Amino acid sequence: MSDLAAPIIIKEETPFRRFVSEFMASKIAVGGLLVFTIIALLAIFAPWITPQNPYDLAQLDIMDGRLEPGAVGGGGITHWLGTDDQGRDMLSGIIYGLRISLTVGVGSALIACLVGASLGLMAAYAGGKTDSVIMRIVDLQLSFPTILAALMILAFLGKGVMNVVIALVIVEWAYYARTVRGSALVERRREYIEAAQCLALPTSRILFRHLLPNCLPPLIVVGTIQIARAIALEATLSFLGLGVPITEPSLGLLIANGYEYMLSGKYWISFYPGIALLVTIVSINLMGDHLRDVLNPRLKK
Amino acid sequence: MTVYLLRRILQSLLVLVAMSIIVFVGVYAVGDPVEILISPDADQMERERAIAALGLDLPLWEQYATFLWRALQGDLGRSFVYNEPALQLILQKMPATLELAFGSMFISILIGLPLGLYAGLKPDSVGSKVIMAGSILGFSLPTFWVGLMLIMVFAVQLGWLPSTGRGDTAEFLGLQWSFLTANGLSHLLMPAVNLALFKISLVIRLTRSGVRETMLMDYVKFARAKGLSPSRVTFVHVFKNILIPVVTVVGLELGSTIAFSVVTESVFAWPGMGKLIIDSINVLDRPVIVAYLLIIVVMFIVINLIVDLLYSALDPRVRLEGKA
Repeated sequence: MSDLAAPIIIKEETPFRRFVSEFMASKIAVGGLLVFTIIALLAIFAPWITPQNPYDLAQLDIMDGRLEPGAVGGGGITHWLGTDDQGRDMLSGIIYGLRISLTVGVGSALIACLVGASLGLMAAYAGGKTDSVIMRIVDLQLSFPTILAALMILAFLGKGVMNVVIALVIVEWAYYARTVRGSALVERRREYIEAAQCLALPTSRILFRHLLPNCLPPLIVVGTIQIARAIALEATLSFLGLGVPITEPSLGLLIANGYEYMLSGKYWISFYPGIALLVTIVSINLMGDHLRDVLNPRLKK
Repeated sequence: MTVYLLRRILQSLLVLVAMSIIVFVGVYAVGDPVEILISPDADQMERERAIAALGLDLPLWEQYATFLWRALQGDLGRSFVYNEPALQLILQKMPATLELAFGSMFISILIGLPLGLYAGLKPDSVGSKVIMAGSILGFSLPTFWVGLMLIMVFAVQLGWLPSTGRGDTAEFLGLQWSFLTANGLSHLLMPAVNLALFKISLVIRLTRSGVRETMLMDYVKFARAKGLSPSRVTFVHVFKNILIPVVTVVGLELGSTIAFSVVTESVFAWPGMGKLIIDSINVLDRPVIVAYLLIIVVMFIVINLIVDLLYSALDPRVRLEGKA
């Protein structure tokens, strides 16, 4: 009877553990997480897993151009998803493209979150003039469609990965600011904020150590959905030729490259990057959809 | 009401001035104005003359004042590429874009309403679940890629529909329209469906939740108790009441439809404002860029103003809130 002696470990219920177990309750959301993790890993380890480095010109052979999916190229590589006009292996191109799409999407969402959350907290905490100035700018921003604002900014700044990130941050920060302000307005009237104020803690500490953690749940939901939107918007801008430069092609630019071959029936150059983009966006949206249910206090029993 | 109206118009004017400053600073200060406003073929003499003529040696605020003054007179510069006034160029392309936008809004209601109605009346059926899953896909799918796939299937593989362009047009009210000819309609169909995709999902969701709420109302129960046929209850009592919010929201989406037509027009080579602006950005035809941005900003400010005024007319709480 040795198992009787084994100590019984009772896991303490913490908010984080509760959150994890609730998130795991939805198979669809877990599926989304799984797919997204695989995509992220593919993107991170791209140089080690792709059959070809699509941007090393020495490895490309123009004779292999526009091969059909499954064809074997001159270099002895089987091109499972075909090749583009430069003889680039599409599978390798897509995985490298995912790298750029994810970096731009996630990076811009994080920066926008940082900027938006800080301004939203400031607006809610300071109130008065600060609040109305910040929120008027937010209103103005949200009344214009994101694609138009991004188009305008890129028309001024020109192409480039950094410029796309800047444009995405400028069009997205307002969503975070509005979300954080909404929940911070409620939280700042709570007693723990009063207590912190009575202890004469510095404002920055009250904002970021006391107020912000309590505004996190809605921020996480908005953040997840905004990452998907940022990736889609980047792809759209790159497709229009205003996004990333040709030397650093994201999924959107790969799709644009295949556009001219589409009419001659060579569908794979545009089709597969689109599938990769679609799977990425849907997996994030599925997670976001479920997170919204898990983190919404109104739905709690 | 008058006070509210005046204040709201004043606000819109302020926004307009703010946006014109942003566009001005964006084009004149961030980029090199000489490069932007003088054609690159000009020699040194011409350049200097042009700099003086355009007043680029003046302080920035004076330049802005001249820019604003000319803009107010409808002079937004000449296109480098077409050598036509930029404003006129854009206004010529406007009917094509409006036609596409209204076509897609019409399609979104035509497809979205019946599907949403079905999903709302039978929320637990398999069909409804398929419709709702489809609407999530409609929100996630990148528009431009769907457009490419439509071209691939219907133009390349099946050969049913033409892939690009506007087709034959007919004159109506002094403007050229595609929807008046059979050939033009066949050109319009695919781009309009593509642009409608997102809005179809929106209409489905709005209709579904509207139906589910309305079905619980007392007047629906009363109509049923009165012994009216289910189809009469659905189409007269329920349908009429959900139509108002759905049509309102679709109407409000006009602005964003016009904005997103940039993408669809590029995919289908539809010769509207959106394609013009992308082409202009790619060849750095800056007067056209400035003109487009200002026109779009004015359009949005007007749409937002009308929406706000409509809301305050329909819902008095909005203007009372402003007073408090």
